[in-house]
Amino acid sequence: MKTLAFSTKGLTKVYGEGRSAVHALRGVELDIPQGEIVVLLGPSGSGKSTLLNIIGGLDRATAGDAFFQDQNLSEMTDKQLTLYRRNYVGFVFQFYNLMPSLTARENVELVTEIARDPMDPDEALAMVGLSERVDHFPAQLSGGEQQRVAIARAVAKNPTVLFCDEPTGALDSTTGRAVLNVLKDVNEKLGATVLIVTHAASQAAMADRVIHFADGAIREVVVNETKLTPEEIDW
Amino acid sequence: MSPLDHKLLRDLWRMKGQAFAIGMVIAVGVGMLVMMTGLVTSLKETRAAYYERYRLADVFAPVTRAPDRMAGRLAAIEGVSAVEPRVVGAALIDLIDTDLPVQAQAVSLPDFHSPRLNDVFLTDGRMIDSSHTDEILLLQSFANVHGLRPGDHIQATMNGARRSFRIVGLAQSPEFLYTTAPGELIPDDARFGVIWMSRSALAAAYDMQGAFNEALLSLSHGASEAAVLDAVDRLLGSYGGTGAYPLKDQMSNLFVSQEIGELETSSKVVPPIFLAVAAFLLYIVINRMVQSEREEIGLMKAFGYTNIEVVAHYFKLVMAIAIGGALAGCLMGIASGRALIQVYVAYFKFPFLVFDLDPASFVIGVSVSILSASVGGLLVLRRVFGLTPASAMRAPAPADYSRTGTIGHALNRFLDQTSRMVLRRITRQPARMAGAVIGIACGMALSVSIITIYAGFDRIIDLTFNVMDRSDVTVSFTHAASDTTIFELRRMQGVTLVEPVRYVPVVLRHGLISRRSVITGLSPDARLVRALDADLAKIPLQNGGIVLASALADILHIRPGDMMTVEVREGRQPALQIPVTAVAESLLGSPAYMDLNALNRVLREPNRVSGAYLTIDKARASKIYTALQDMPTVAGVSLKSDAEIAFKVLLDTGAGAIRYVMGAIAFIITFGIVYNAARIAYAERSRDLASLRVIGFTKGEAAFVLLGELAIVTLIALPLGALMGYYLSFGIAAGFSSEIYQIPVVFDSASYGFAAIVVIGAAVVSGWLVKRDIDRTELVSALKTRE
Ligand SMILES: Nc1ncnc2c1ncn2[C@@H]1O[C@H](COP(=O)(O)OP(=O)(O)OP(=O)(O)O)[C@@H](O)[C@H]1O
Ligand SMILES: [Mg+2]
Repeated sequence: MKTLAFSTKGLTKVYGEGRSAVHALRGVELDIPQGEIVVLLGPSGSGKSTLLNIIGGLDRATAGDAFFQDQNLSEMTDKQLTLYRRNYVGFVFQFYNLMPSLTARENVELVTEIARDPMDPDEALAMVGLSERVDHFPAQLSGGEQQRVAIARAVAKNPTVLFCDEPTGALDSTTGRAVLNVLKDVNEKLGATVLIVTHAASQAAMADRVIHFADGAIREVVVNETKLTPEEIDW
Repeated sequence: MSPLDHKLLRDLWRMKGQAFAIGMVIAVGVGMLVMMTGLVTSLKETRAAYYERYRLADVFAPVTRAPDRMAGRLAAIEGVSAVEPRVVGAALIDLIDTDLPVQAQAVSLPDFHSPRLNDVFLTDGRMIDSSHTDEILLLQSFANVHGLRPGDHIQATMNGARRSFRIVGLAQSPEFLYTTAPGELIPDDARFGVIWMSRSALAAAYDMQGAFNEALLSLSHGASEAAVLDAVDRLLGSYGGTGAYPLKDQMSNLFVSQEIGELETSSKVVPPIFLAVAAFLLYIVINRMVQSEREEIGLMKAFGYTNIEVVAHYFKLVMAIAIGGALAGCLMGIASGRALIQVYVAYFKFPFLVFDLDPASFVIGVSVSILSASVGGLLVLRRVFGLTPASAMRAPAPADYSRTGTIGHALNRFLDQTSRMVLRRITRQPARMAGAVIGIACGMALSVSIITIYAGFDRIIDLTFNVMDRSDVTVSFTHAASDTTIFELRRMQGVTLVEPVRYVPVVLRHGLISRRSVITGLSPDARLVRALDADLAKIPLQNGGIVLASALADILHIRPGDMMTVEVREGRQPALQIPVTAVAESLLGSPAYMDLNALNRVLREPNRVSGAYLTIDKARASKIYTALQDMPTVAGVSLKSDAEIAFKVLLDTGAGAIRYVMGAIAFIITFGIVYNAARIAYAERSRDLASLRVIGFTKGEAAFVLLGELAIVTLIALPLGALMGYYLSFGIAAGFSSEIYQIPVVFDSASYGFAAIVVIGAAVVSGWLVKRDIDRTELVSALKTRE
């Protein structure tokens, strides 16, 4: 059996209290082997981002455990979580989350500066086809371009695990495929575990494993025996 | 450069208006500190150097007439390092440019050597040659006012004899930095002169051959001043010694010390106010920044930046503003200190300047501003620790406006959509509004108190010269004369009212505290000069009791009903026990009043007067002056109008002049605060405003949402600020008050109105600046990125 990148036991997340409490995660049991591309599918509001946030060390579970390799994220101090994010994790957020007062290159540098073994920021931006726009501010970029900056920023640190919350939501098929290729490269060359949240079910075809999520729990896990390349996917 | 530093620079640039406003407030506080401490140390050092170089005496011992050999006895007292006996006397100088003879003091210089103590600084001409008895030196500041030069001749009356003198030189002396005519409080270069002449010539004029009537003493290091004073008094007692006094009680030095002390007080009180305001502003600004940059903070944390790194980033911004402001403040302080010190050196008549900026003040200024900014910043940045990256990553939930109060419901029907937005924001986000209100109220308070102080300065002049003293002319006699002189004055044509007065030099003592002072004996039915209480009602001089000015009562820690020891320094020099019957309001000087008859009774010198207050028919003024000059008992005549002018000059050129600097500063600060509040409101709502514009509201309607809020906040702040300003006025007035004058706090609606106009003006200008930005906003970019 492959070593696990992540495993969760009874992972629960409740927002708020009392009558207005929202159960975003209801006891998630999940194993993700190292080095795989995993696609997370599910309806809006089913708790995908919440799960990503917790195993990415951005948020804490209300109950249950989440293990990265053999370390329990639930038992880490804030400081340890910070180091975990700094040293292992790359993020692409659902809402891009670029720093408005930094240029594209500086947004990437924000991460490479503190990473252990980063790429050259310009190289990362070239990978997503943005060599021409490195000195532009987010306000001067289109939505898709902003998203590609966010992806360049996430891969530039050479992460061990890469979390992508709808990385291609705003992209056309050509750039979308280019972005997926970048993710695939990171997975193949670095052996990084890549977790992609998406609404486009067709993208599941490039994954090693597809997790169907509904109402805060895992409905079904499908292991994909024959992976397609991004070019082969229907858009 | 790291990307975070890029962000820092861009953030600074984006908020340059605000950063500049806050930086200015800090700069002003630090500048004020550097300037004032620089002024104070420079003045103190200069004074010390001047005193030392010209060997100013440590002890002054006036005596009626002591034989020269007593000088040797004085020198033998343990702790005395040098003695200089001299002759001093009152003189009257006739000048062509004035109706009235001018009072002067004649002071002897040794015939054959320069004085061991109280040397003079020759500014013009040459020293006197003792073989020519008509040669004199004249006080330079006095000579300048009257256009007298070496080579000129003047007429002077000494000891009843009128003589002509030749001015051979002009001089200054540390002993006469301030010259005040006897019985007056306000120094005036024009109305009191000092004449130096050779000891032999002066002794001849005052029948002091082989004798002296004042001894100057210097003390050796570590000598006990009190012991020397006692010993001197014992030695000179039988020669009519009227009590030796130390330098700190000497008139000129007392005055200089008061003025420097006043500057020193302001230097300690005022800058902290500015720095506190700056800390408050920084707190508000950083608070808002952290709120609006939750997302960025979350992002940095998500990437693995530690709390410390994130806090450090914002802290650098605070420091950039604080240190930038502090450095600008140091430069401003140096520049203004250099400019002002010249003014003060001229004002204090120092012949040279030891300019010394206290390096400690830079260190204190910079570190205090860093400290206060850090407190303001850290209070907010604490919250950075609390933000979890996940919660920060989500856009903040739209502010909750759902709870609408009853007033809201009632009002809603009358309000249009935009007015409702204004109102809801104010009622639903009271904490943020409170910040803005308090800020603007602080600005209002500063303006109110400064304008109140201005009114107080006007008031002191009005009260002193129109209410407390209603005479036109004060006449002083050469000695305590018989009251028949009063009848003589009353018979003079054109003199409408004459009231006798008696001045008696005393030392007031209560417990361990003592004070040199003068008792003013007034007739109980006096109408021209009276003791007044705080409501300006006449205080009856109950027979036998003393009425003390409040400043004096405070110094002596004495209250009505307490007994006070009064050591008379004249005539038989009795020590008396007299009850204090009331405390009088006094703005100028610190007088002690007694019933004239009761005073004469305890002195056992019935019917004696030392001067009179007159009202006269102005048309006959010059005839009256001539008649007064011809009366042998008259030592001096002073006009109230001259005294009033001198007082105004004093208030506008001395330590009081700082009020103009403070006025300018208060305005800068008020504007800084109001502008800051407007900017913050704008930044918080820029997206809302852009949305409104997108929906189809006009620029004016969108601006109304913001400016309406600013207007309401300002209107709420005004009464609050007025109240705060009322209390702040007392603090600032106390800072400006000294023993010589006390600045009253006047509750004057005009001051409050004017302060309100200043604040509203600042709000209008700030609103206009922000409106300009609203008009310029590009809708698309405003919506695309947050903030
Ligand atoms: N801070 C919060 N407070 C309260 N409820 C929250 C909060 N964050 C998320 N939720 C709720 O938790 C549930 C899961 O949210 P989550 O963001 O994980 O959904 P998602 O699967 O990522 O949806 P989408 O595909 O729309 O992004 C939702 O019902 C959401 O309303
Ligand atoms: Mg989501």
